[in-house]
Amino acid sequence: MGKEYETVIGLEVHVELATKTKIFCGCSTAFGAEPNAHTCPVCTGMPGSLPVLNKQVVEYAMAVGLATNCDITKYSKFDRKNYFYPDNPQNYQISQLYLPICRNGYVEIKGDDGMKKVGIHEIHMEEDAGKLIHSEWDDCSMVDYNRSGVPLIEIVSEPDMRSAEEVIAYLEKLRMTIQYLGASDCKLNEGSMRADVNLSVREKGAKEFGTRTEMKNLNSFKAISRAIENERQRQIDLIEDGEKVMQETRRWDDTKEYSYPMRSKEDAQDYRYFPEPDLVPIVIDDEWIERIKAAQPEFREAKMERYTKEMGIPEYDADIITSAKSLADIFEETVALGANAKKVSNYLMGETMRLLKEHNMDAEDIRFSPVNLAKLLKLIDDNAINSSVAKEVFEKIFTDDIDPEKYVEENGLKMDNDEDGLRKIIEEVVANNPQSVEDYHNGKEKAIGFLVGQTMKATQGKANPGIINKILKELL
Amino acid sequence: MNILDYTATELAKKIKAHEVSVLEATNAVLGQIDKTEDEYNCYVTIDREGALKKAEEVQAKIDSGEIDGPLAGVPVAIKDNMCTEGILTTCSSKILGNFVPTFTSEAVLNLERAGAVIIGKTNMDEFAMGSTTETSAFGPTKNPKNPEHVPGGSSGGSAAAVAANECFYALGSDTGGSIRQPAGYCGVVGMKPTYSTVSRYGLIAYGSSLDQIGPLSKDVTDCATILEVIASYDSKDSTSVKRENTDFTSALVDDVKGLRIGIPRDYFGEGLDSEVKDAVLKAADVLKSKGAVVEEFDLGLVEYAIPAYYTIAAAEASSNLERFDGIKYGYRTEEYTDLHNMYKKTRSEGFGPEVKRRIMLGSFVLSSGYYDAYYLKALRVKALIKKAFDDAFAKYDVILGPVAPTTAPKLGESLSDPIKMYLGDIYTISINLAGLPGICLPCGNDSKGLPIGLQLIGDCFKENNIIRAAYTYEQARNEMEKEVK
Repeated sequence: MGKEYETVIGLEVHVELATKTKIFCGCSTAFGAEPNAHTCPVCTGMPGSLPVLNKQVVEYAMAVGLATNCDITKYSKFDRKNYFYPDNPQNYQISQLYLPICRNGYVEIKGDDGMKKVGIHEIHMEEDAGKLIHSEWDDCSMVDYNRSGVPLIEIVSEPDMRSAEEVIAYLEKLRMTIQYLGASDCKLNEGSMRADVNLSVREKGAKEFGTRTEMKNLNSFKAISRAIENERQRQIDLIEDGEKVMQETRRWDDTKEYSYPMRSKEDAQDYRYFPEPDLVPIVIDDEWIERIKAAQPEFREAKMERYTKEMGIPEYDADIITSAKSLADIFEETVALGANAKKVSNYLMGETMRLLKEHNMDAEDIRFSPVNLAKLLKLIDDNAINSSVAKEVFEKIFTDDIDPEKYVEENGLKMDNDEDGLRKIIEEVVANNPQSVEDYHNGKEKAIGFLVGQTMKATQGKANPGIINKILKELL
Repeated sequence: MNILDYTATELAKKIKAHEVSVLEATNAVLGQIDKTEDEYNCYVTIDREGALKKAEEVQAKIDSGEIDGPLAGVPVAIKDNMCTEGILTTCSSKILGNFVPTFTSEAVLNLERAGAVIIGKTNMDEFAMGSTTETSAFGPTKNPKNPEHVPGGSSGGSAAAVAANECFYALGSDTGGSIRQPAGYCGVVGMKPTYSTVSRYGLIAYGSSLDQIGPLSKDVTDCATILEVIASYDSKDSTSVKRENTDFTSALVDDVKGLRIGIPRDYFGEGLDSEVKDAVLKAADVLKSKGAVVEEFDLGLVEYAIPAYYTIAAAEASSNLERFDGIKYGYRTEEYTDLHNMYKKTRSEGFGPEVKRRIMLGSFVLSSGYYDAYYLKALRVKALIKKAFDDAFAKYDVILGPVAPTTAPKLGESLSDPIKMYLGDIYTISINLAGLPGICLPCGNDSKGLPIGLQLIGDCFKENNIIRAAYTYEQARNEMEKEVK
């Protein structure tokens, strides 16, 4: 009978902040420009240049800290982390070691055994590095400093997680909180959220932690789950075989589903941290903290409660709508324009979700305006279009954000409510389909559906289905 | 009168009065350079073409009334650690031997806006590390007062250029005395303002928390005038301060009645040359005779200043100089096997021995396990030194002492014993550690005819006290010299 093991996991999460400009200069943070288009003497480490702190970075960091129950450090400082690498133009990174801006917080997650708190050791601000591009063709390397100086916060958790599920729940919670704050879009696949996993195992009931490893290069929740499971097993195997776990940094290869060591503790670098003399300390007073607090948005839990209790939305729907701030925003704005909450919810839950999947998009990528969704729902309410036309129009709203009123008008999609006209068409349909009529009379209810379909076809889908049903029943 | 004999402010007046043209002044300086530069080696780069072109542009702006300042049209020399767009900026190092900046440092921009004509970039100790200008990769500068002697350092090229009339004034930078000590050795006026007064944007950093740009000039009037032009709040430098009182020329008053001057006994102990001591104390007597209240006191902690300074400055330097790696600009070694090898060879070949020594020292004091024992302790000493000065300035308006223990040593005497060279900074470095303003002006010559420097130290943001004392002393000395003649 084998021993039972417990996995102990702590996370270091880097989040790229959504500021328009970099942390220490005025260059744009926009993604995807020509290499080195968004650079200046500061973010390329030219001699004589000096950093100037972007205040928005401090405010985002404070906002995330407050939302995760951290203490805000009222006298905070930057430090230099010294290491040589070409993507780091000064050969030191400006970060925070001794006095990080936020400390001692927590978030609540659904754990393996009910709700639990995951502690946050600290949140600190730092600058991102550039990107090396290796050209096999020319046998040389090039540096793109567009990303150099893009602001990051690093959220360091306590070793409070015990499973991959808890890790994912923690990351989801962080992502949701930060997205709601608008501090970042938190996309793992694009690198705006990056998680390094510190993991150790110990015998169940043991008090001491085992030796931990740090896992890097985890680009999706799935990769994180797989890497945790793999590393847990690797460490247990080592222990069972009487070998030692080495304290080291490992790199995960998700296609091959295994990890390999990058560097061990022995050749760990000495970063020679010391206070950054080019920046003054950040002094935060109560008034500033209060201002950031007052500007905090309504978070997911509060929204769910309001949607279910005040707006009468089922919990299941509310859970999905609040899973992305963009969805919740569209929901609330559309309702504010006069639409029925449940009907809006239905459109978001059904059609929107279906189209997101079909276009392989995230909820954050939604670009249509609530105004157009509200107009569409009004057209449906007013019996101006039927439900199948509505679906077609919504697809257009989703992809091109068209104005549904104009679109329906221009494409002649208005519902046909002309009873006399429809009666003539239906009489023809009935005359041409005697078999269906007979089936109907023989008790085959479904046959009426076929007749409705034939009528729709004859009216290019514009007929009011209610009127068709009414007339058909009269005629039959 | 020869154009070259004018001070900077006198020349500006003559230009304004159309008695001298900017071009004439520029040509006078260039002519002097032709005569003496081969011997003194004040400059790393002389920008003749640029200066002549600029002279005409500035003249036109003066004529049209667009520029109307106290330095308009006056030729200036800039220490080669301040970035100048389009002009080679080397820090007197091989590693930046080919570096042409894409922007101009803020202090130099302030001068340009005031109508300065930049003659060139002056020689210095490599990356401002040294006290003699002998660590320059481009050969030593010689002291115009006696070319067998060093001009001091690290702003030795700037001080020598002023002393040799190879410019009318110059900018230097002072991290541990690098403006004041060469001013003293060359017999000119040099001033380090309060830390945060002049923007460091564009100054290639040595010790960021100590570096400050300041003027080197022919007299105290020029000094105050130049400082008034270069002092500015700069949002590009986070350590820059919005000051209310930058009207330094208003302190050019020949009156020290009631000014309280303290003479720290600690500055007159062992190691101080007797001729220097006598000259400095005689200067104190002059100020006393003009109505200042002069008394001796114990400052304390002086012996801790040198180790604290060399720990902090070297630590910051070791990090500041990391960017010189052969990747982006500057020197790169010819042949290398991989990235690490390229870094190693580039930096081994690109930096001189004094710079390497300080990088190693700085890396050591920051390394894990030593940080608390060295770097943190040095920061605590720095705070205590500041406290000692705060206590002194509760009693005195000005602290008076020598700028260096001796007059200028002979070329080649200093580098063989770095510790001895470091000890020569004893009277200047505490001022940087405490962020205080200090001015150095000539107060006589020793028996070899070498200038002796008088240092006046003020409280933070109280430059006007030392300018007033310096101006009063200078006036008295001029009177005395006239009487002798």
